[in-house]
Amino acid sequence: MRLSELANPSRFNALAERVLPWLVVATVLAFVLGLYQALFVAPDDYQQGATVKIMFIHVPSAWLGMLGWALMSVSALGTLVWRHPLADVAMKTAAPIGAGFTLICLVTGALWGRPTWGTYWVWDARLTSVLVLFLMYLGVIALWRTVEDPSRAARAAAVLTLVGAINLPIIKFSVDWWNTLHQPASVLRLGGSTIYPTILMPLLIMAVAFTLLFVTLHLSAMRNEILRRRVRTLRLMRAAAANP
Amino acid sequence: MALAALLGRDMRLAVRVGGGALMGVLFFLIVVAMVPFALGPDLALLARTGPAILWLGALLASLLALDRLFAADHEDGSLDLILMGRAPLELAVAAKALAHWLTTGLPLVIAAPLLGLFLNLAPGAIGAVALTLLVGTPALTCIGLIGAALAVALRRGGLLVPILVLPLTIPVLIFGVAASNAATTSAVPFGTPFTVLVALTLMSAVVGPFAAAAALRHGLD
Repeated sequence: MRLSELANPSRFNALAERVLPWLVVATVLAFVLGLYQALFVAPDDYQQGATVKIMFIHVPSAWLGMLGWALMSVSALGTLVWRHPLADVAMKTAAPIGAGFTLICLVTGALWGRPTWGTYWVWDARLTSVLVLFLMYLGVIALWRTVEDPSRAARAAAVLTLVGAINLPIIKFSVDWWNTLHQPASVLRLGGSTIYPTILMPLLIMAVAFTLLFVTLHLSAMRNEILRRRVRTLRLMRAAAANP
Repeated sequence: MALAALLGRDMRLAVRVGGGALMGVLFFLIVVAMVPFALGPDLALLARTGPAILWLGALLASLLALDRLFAADHEDGSLDLILMGRAPLELAVAAKALAHWLTTGLPLVIAAPLLGLFLNLAPGAIGAVALTLLVGTPALTCIGLIGAALAVALRRGGLLVPILVLPLTIPVLIFGVAASNAATTSAVPFGTPFTVLVALTLMSAVVGPFAAAAALRHGLD
């Protein structure tokens, strides 16, 4: 099943329908395992107590918010450069899901910051750039909803997505480039991770669970979008036939 | 040759009736005049927040003038002529951006010192704000190019262009105000945020026309 064979929407839908039940089961299992590890196996922090366990939701949400925009950027290249027929469907459906995860990241971060930093919000580099990412997600969604023709909207959204992709390295390296309140990188950095394995393992399992959730939501959203476009075409055809 | 003609045409159209060239300055003046009504007449507070007020006013004025860039040309078909012309679309878009900046951005820079007096800014701060606006308003124009090009074919775009453009202009705003403040306080040397501002302008001068040209090409099929 090559990528070019998946370009046929009907074949994609058929494949998605076959794969989705397994994905749902895998997601649920991963979450059960991850939450068990996070809540019962991982130890409390010596300073923060149990509050540190917000991290197991906050960090994977942040990673997935950025993954969403990265996926949209690749799809944007697929739309503009390779003209893959389903690239714009992938791009359109990833936006609300990525925005949701970014919002979860911002909200859980605020809830975590209140007891540990003493404030819900601070205008440091990382929080500001993630907020900008969220605003850009909303902007792309607004663009999709403003242009009527889906294929024209796709190309405009693709250009905007590629321009906004500059924000991703800014978010990643913001804690290195600026003096921020948010803690520096501790998982993906030169010299290896600085997190102790008893906390790193549950974090990675939760990350896998969140990623499976993203893929499940994204695939079913893509299937819905394909069906939605079919309905739109049928409606247009019916309206054209009724008014010759 | 065609680029010079395009530049001249845009500038002449902008200053004539219906061109809206000086509307941006008028909006800038009105917005900056309204801020003391909201903040209160405390001169010390106005002096402290003056650079930020001027920068925000310039940003909003540039934003509102963006629909002048492509909409009129799209309506009467000249945009299609430009697209089909022999000059590369990126350079044609850059020429239009230059004309737009000369007629919208540069008047803002000239008006800023006068408005700085309204806000009780120190002479050093006024100079710094004017200089950072001179360097930063081209960046605002070039980033705005992208939003204007994306929304060119929309009849009722509404607030879409500001929604798309404002997040991208945040770095310019941050460093513009930081440089203006650095000129009066001695915490950070003026050169540090100023060079970053210059870098942002140079980067947007390249990325803006390219992205806008791509948006025009793909959006006008």
